[in-house]
Amino acid sequence: MNRFLLPLGAFVALVIFLWIGLTLNPREIPSPLINKTAPAFRLPQLHESSKTISPEDLRGKVWLLNIWASWCVTCRQEHPLLVELSRKNFVPIYGLNYKDRREDGLALLKGSGNPYVMSAYDREGSAGIDWGVYGVPETFVIDKAGLVRHKFIGALTPKLIDDVLTPLVKRLNDE
Amino acid sequence: MNNKFIIALLFLWMPLAQADVAATTKDDPALEKRAMALSGHLRCLVCQNQTIADSNAELAVDLKNQVRDKLRQGQSEQEILDYMVNRYGEFVLFSPLVKSTTWLLWFGPLLLFVVGLYVLAVNLRQRRRLMQQAPTLNKEEHARAAALLSGKETKGHP
Repeated sequence: MNRFLLPLGAFVALVIFLWIGLTLNPREIPSPLINKTAPAFRLPQLHESSKTISPEDLRGKVWLLNIWASWCVTCRQEHPLLVELSRKNFVPIYGLNYKDRREDGLALLKGSGNPYVMSAYDREGSAGIDWGVYGVPETFVIDKAGLVRHKFIGALTPKLIDDVLTPLVKRLNDE
Repeated sequence: MNNKFIIALLFLWMPLAQADVAATTKDDPALEKRAMALSGHLRCLVCQNQTIADSNAELAVDLKNQVRDKLRQGQSEQEILDYMVNRYGEFVLFSPLVKSTTWLLWFGPLLLFVVGLYVLAVNLRQRRRLMQQAPTLNKEEHARAAALLSGKETKGHP
């Protein structure tokens, strides 16, 4: 009996491990920035290149930083959802236009609506590297103290907004 | 006519696309060698089973340029690895660190090997015991067995 049970047990264990492996998303790599101060940058604004924007300016409120680009297909898919979220005035969304051409970024916002209070313009992607961006779109949640509290990799979905983002922002607003 | 124009445009584009890489590589071969060696230890997060040295993904190219810049500024290899880990996490290191959460990863194969050795030893011992327990033959039986094996005795065969 043991002869069969042992290999069978090992096989079942293997199947369970592989099954769990299938449900994991290898693109989601835990960010080392969580609970650390948001990386500093001072970048020109997308709309007005003479003005700058920095995370420092946003101390004292909970905000989202959404990394986006006009060349990024997933960002375009995510875009209407961000516009909808911004209309609720629930949490301010700031954008980081990542490795984009200024006119392309502006054209996208003009055509599909602008969900951002402001967008920073990161032509070289240097701020992107500081924030550990490896696949746009990415969305960071930053708290009143300027700490990164959560990172969404890939496009936000209505489910993520309802189940994760909304409760998190509410909690951070109360902190 | 239109197609030819597009093809001609493509050819015009190609040298431009390559110029970007060439400019960074030719000026200092020793530094480039160090940069590529270090890049071989960093994972490309877009194409996760490649190092940034092997990858031409845009992010990998950017990170390689960062490595070059930092080496040029005189930063040490370890400083650059730390810089990357602080931004992208430990996953960016192509060979994982040896620590409590990665012990199974590092020493799992050794563990499997030891278990395999144990199973083998138990099996061999069991087999030896079975051999010792095998019934011994007397002289007559030996003779008959030898005859059977040599094919001379056919008695008893159907």
